Amino acid sequence: MTSDTSIAVPAGSSARRRRSSAGPWRTALVTLRRDRVAMISLGIFLLVVLACLLAPVYEHSVAHTDAFTSNISGTTIVHGKPSPVLAPSSTGLGLGVTPIGPTWDLHHYFLGADGQGRDVMARLLFGGRNSLLIGGVSALIACGVATVLGVAAGYFGGVLDAVLSRLFDVVWAFPVYLLAISLSVVLLTSGLTVGPVHIEGDSLWLPILIIAVIYVPYVARPLRGQVLSLRGREFIQAGVGNGASDLRILRKDVLPNVMPTVLVFLPLMTALNMLTESALSFLSIGVQPPNASWGTIINDGLGLLYTRPMVTVAPGLMIAVTAVTLNLLGDGVRSALDPKARLRGAA
Amino acid sequence: MAMFIGRRAAAAVFVLFTISVLVFLIFFATPGVDPAARIAGRNADPATLMQVRHEFGLDRPIPIRYGLMMEHLFVQRDLTSFVNRGALVIPQILQAVPVTLSLVAGAAVIWMVLGLLMGTAAAARRGTALDPLMMLLGVVGVSIPVYWLGEVVNLLTQSRWHSGLFSWVPPLGYVGLSQNPGQWALHLLFPWLTLAALYAGIYARIVRGEILEALNEDYVRTARAKGLTERRILIRHALRCSLIPVVSLFGLDFGALVGGSALLTEVVFGLPGVGKLTFDSLQNLDLPVIMGCVMYAAFFVVLANAVVDVLYAALDPRVRRA
Repeated sequence: MTSDTSIAVPAGSSARRRRSSAGPWRTALVTLRRDRVAMISLGIFLLVVLACLLAPVYEHSVAHTDAFTSNISGTTIVHGKPSPVLAPSSTGLGLGVTPIGPTWDLHHYFLGADGQGRDVMARLLFGGRNSLLIGGVSALIACGVATVLGVAAGYFGGVLDAVLSRLFDVVWAFPVYLLAISLSVVLLTSGLTVGPVHIEGDSLWLPILIIAVIYVPYVARPLRGQVLSLRGREFIQAGVGNGASDLRILRKDVLPNVMPTVLVFLPLMTALNMLTESALSFLSIGVQPPNASWGTIINDGLGLLYTRPMVTVAPGLMIAVTAVTLNLLGDGVRSALDPKARLRGAA
Repeated sequence: MAMFIGRRAAAAVFVLFTISVLVFLIFFATPGVDPAARIAGRNADPATLMQVRHEFGLDRPIPIRYGLMMEHLFVQRDLTSFVNRGALVIPQILQAVPVTLSLVAGAAVIWMVLGLLMGTAAAARRGTALDPLMMLLGVVGVSIPVYWLGEVVNLLTQSRWHSGLFSWVPPLGYVGLSQNPGQWALHLLFPWLTLAALYAGIYARIVRGEILEALNEDYVRTARAKGLTERRILIRHALRCSLIPVVSLFGLDFGALVGGSALLTEVVFGLPGVGKLTFDSLQNLDLPVIMGCVMYAAFFVVLANAVVDVLYAALDPRVRRA
């Protein structure tokens, strides 16, 4: 739905709308449903989400392990025979321990153990919950805040626009990873106190808020431009001429026209934010132990990279698969709703 | 045009100033953050804290501290590290810059060449298997965590296949270009390929899209009517005009990479570039080094943005009036 088609569907009587056409939203939904790639991606993404939601079930009922306590002297069963989870290292100088590798047996360390003897598969599922949660919630916050700020800047113009635009410019020009890393390093040690609310340094809200803040301009800037051009269009001018209040014009005319763009950005932002979270966690300034995310598991696997690569490879694959499905879904939503919407760099 | 460049430069300076203030505030004025406590170490007694605070000038008002730091960074150029007392910040950064530039420039050459070749080929053979392949490459490129790809590359080239296929791959690290150009390229080859793999697909997709759009233009019809060959039309007419948005995107990506996005690649491959320096200084909250690195990084990003805008204005006079 471009802004052109929406002119044909003003906030008129619903009876007339029903007679003339199915409406832009329903048309878009039908287009999206016919998009095989997008639908398959959505299916895989939902499977990943479901699997991660079932993490406690897997932990207790299938693997019978505890994903968050180390199991240094434990044993497990491989091919019907008991064997230690952590065996003395057989390579190099024979120092340290080597965790058990993948057994491909869902009941006993399917993907092996990490350096502390914890079940990698169970941690993968628990970590996925945090990665998806942080990606999704921060994308929602970023898109929500960006919509409010972008629309306000574009619609009201003047000083508000000047201030907000400069602010976007600054955050935009700030290398994203540097900004995220700087904020994380500072806030991790002390937590964040805003008025009466205090967020602990190891809270998941910290990465969520940091990532949301740094990506606001990515969405707010294109939205501002869109609203700016809408502002001069006849149907908005007609609303102004009819004496409609700003709030009414924003709600009835502006918002319905920018919503498609926001919806296109949402899955793309979720993928981008999840990747950013994983990078921060990989640098050990994102999700804090004992909590896990896919990024922290990759970090856990660093020391084992050459002996037990699965600890590193599996979470990376999960990130890649999830991000690919979200990006493909985003492409589908874009071609159904708003072919012109673009995130910086992402084609 | 001169007016436009002047205005753009003023805006760039303003953004740089704001970024420096922002970074300073993040590290010195975030409620609850006490740099002195970090410098003095855990469980330092109040007297030591007071002494540290005084020694590092942390007991003075924030605007004065900001002014002093900027003076040491830009005017006297003798800003020293908080952690390694006496170590000058600017030489450290200058030493790290060639590493980052080598990494990003090499990767950029690879991804531009690959992107242009693949994109043009896909546009010429649209509707064939090249199209979905290109799309997949682009999507995978934006979806893979770069540090993870680097780890997997390390796993294959340094361990798993190191005794066979990749026995010629040197250990992780960096060798200067002037020291030994051959080793320089050999050490950087896999970091280059890793970084380029993320961008080649997206660029190919963009080039393809732009060419297809250009092929619908009137001037292409004119060229066909003149009897030019399809190959000449594709390369001399359509591709050339498609390069404008590609080059502008390239400027932004290049600036962002040199200005910090290459950090993860540097950390994974053990390259002592600016990203690694920034990361190390962040780990021990070495504020002067962080400040220097971030200013350096922001400078590149802002410069890239400004150059792109000016280039755009040079190409399209309408932009100048905006």
